[in-house]
Amino acid sequence: MSIQAARSVTFPRRRGTPAARAAWWFILPALAYLVLVQVVPILYALYLSFTRYDPAARGGPKLVGLDNYARMLSSGEFWSALRVTVQFAAEVIPLNIVVALTLALMLNAASVRLRGLRAAFFLPSVASAVAVSVVWLWMYEPTFGLFNQALKLINVSPVPWLSDPAYALHSMVLMRVWRGAGWNAVVYLAGLQTVPKEVLEAARVDGASGWQTLRRITWPLLAPVTLYVIVTGLISTLQTFSEVYVMTRGGPLNSTTTVGLLIYRQGFEYGEFGLAAATSFLLFFIIFTLAVLNFRRQRGALS
Amino acid sequence: MNRTAPWLNLMLVLCALIVLAPFIWMLLGSLKPQSEIFAYPVRLLPSRLTLEHYSFALTSTGFPRYFFNSLVVAGLVMAGNLLISVPAGYAFARLPFAARDTLFMLVLGTMMVPSGVTIIPLFLIAKNFPLLGGNNWLGQGGTGLIDNYLGLALPNLVLAFTIFLARQYFLDLPGELADAARIDGATERTIFSRVYLPLARPLVGTLAIFSFVTAWDDFLWPLIVTSRDEMRTVQLGLSVFQTQGAVNWGPLLAAAILVMLPVIIVFAANQRSFVSGLTAGSSK
Repeated sequence: MSIQAARSVTFPRRRGTPAARAAWWFILPALAYLVLVQVVPILYALYLSFTRYDPAARGGPKLVGLDNYARMLSSGEFWSALRVTVQFAAEVIPLNIVVALTLALMLNAASVRLRGLRAAFFLPSVASAVAVSVVWLWMYEPTFGLFNQALKLINVSPVPWLSDPAYALHSMVLMRVWRGAGWNAVVYLAGLQTVPKEVLEAARVDGASGWQTLRRITWPLLAPVTLYVIVTGLISTLQTFSEVYVMTRGGPLNSTTTVGLLIYRQGFEYGEFGLAAATSFLLFFIIFTLAVLNFRRQRGALS
Repeated sequence: MNRTAPWLNLMLVLCALIVLAPFIWMLLGSLKPQSEIFAYPVRLLPSRLTLEHYSFALTSTGFPRYFFNSLVVAGLVMAGNLLISVPAGYAFARLPFAARDTLFMLVLGTMMVPSGVTIIPLFLIAKNFPLLGGNNWLGQGGTGLIDNYLGLALPNLVLAFTIFLARQYFLDLPGELADAARIDGATERTIFSRVYLPLARPLVGTLAIFSFVTAWDDFLWPLIVTSRDEMRTVQLGLSVFQTQGAVNWGPLLAAAILVMLPVIIVFAANQRSFVSGLTAGSSK
């Protein structure tokens, strides 16, 4: 005790202010935990990606250099999964933006009493991916499902929603847009409410049409929101796993096998932890690059 | 403010109905007698409402156990996030210390990492966790945290996003409160627990909901870290139901509704703080 006291008298600032010292007690548990479940696993995954490791077999990981990356890049399965994933994101994100912005503009213009409807729009995004998949599986059911029954009423022949490789991915896209657009609409609505009324009024006085106002004023002012929608959309769509696992198991003919599902298969079905780690790092790299590029473009557009 | 065209209001209500249609269809399906689920042509409204599918799901399947498991795991995750993320967010917002902003960027950076990257090492950490599940101190010999509640909660006990939300919240509170308390000689711990924490009730609500829902809805991790049926969570229960031979749609739809229900109720009761919390990231 006395040593402690003497030291604090001699070197009052040596270990920072009392607030700074207290701060470490506040954040240490959180930091230690994130190191355990995030930082260590990332570094360990990087190491594993240079090894061959089947947890069911005897012996630990064996270093094989870049072998996993080479095998991944030369496998048709990987390129197919990448193409499926990119196509999925490329369809979902623009559709999401169009639908979400339309809904937000409607919510913003409709009478205030109807604002409560936004809860309905974002209900799909709070329901779990698995439960939603079950519902859509039921609606896509070939004979008794809602969609094909409805088509029958207007004399259109049934659509093989999930059983035909030409349709399956688009069916997943439709479901995903339904699930995500409402939430993005709520985000856009929050953005729309920050657009200054005077600017819109000035444009109207100058004789701008509704479309011109949207195109030249509202849309550019919403750029940060759109960036948020794109980046969060990339992060979530490029990792898609649960929906395809539950609804199609990646089929038919791998037409819905995403990179997320492929990583799971490589790791837990083929017992190739090293290969799975290598694939996951490539996915990480793609997501990171696309997110950074979007931030850059945004900053470029503003300056 | 100009008046809204009636057709716009109508369109909006129509859109809301379209968005809600799958839920309504699901609810109707779960309440239809077995014979009408597969009626051809489709019966939009059931001739009578029945709870037979719910009672089947709750008596003849593993769902009661799955619900219990999910509640335990989500409860653990909620407690972990409230106890650990709230003080951390407070320190990041209100206390000056070396490397604060760098560390905070690091916390945010972990949110960018796909779960696919960390899932395999996390599985190995869980499986080789020392001294638990029959493992020796080197983590060998047993199953570690596989089929264990702590193992199921492992990746979500502290979420980077809850730290982020907590920091945002405390940043918006005035710093003068702390200065006044410091002059009065209060310790930093007292300032946090007596001055700021009582003001953070909405934050605690948002974090509780967010962490509970994250754990409740998690699928990939429980899929990997459980092998025994009695340790499955509700989401796994739904996916298993679906793959066992011919799908028994009535009870499956009923179970899916029961799985969604807690989340929807919690969300509906706290809609405002939920929305403002989650849109926080979009404007900054």
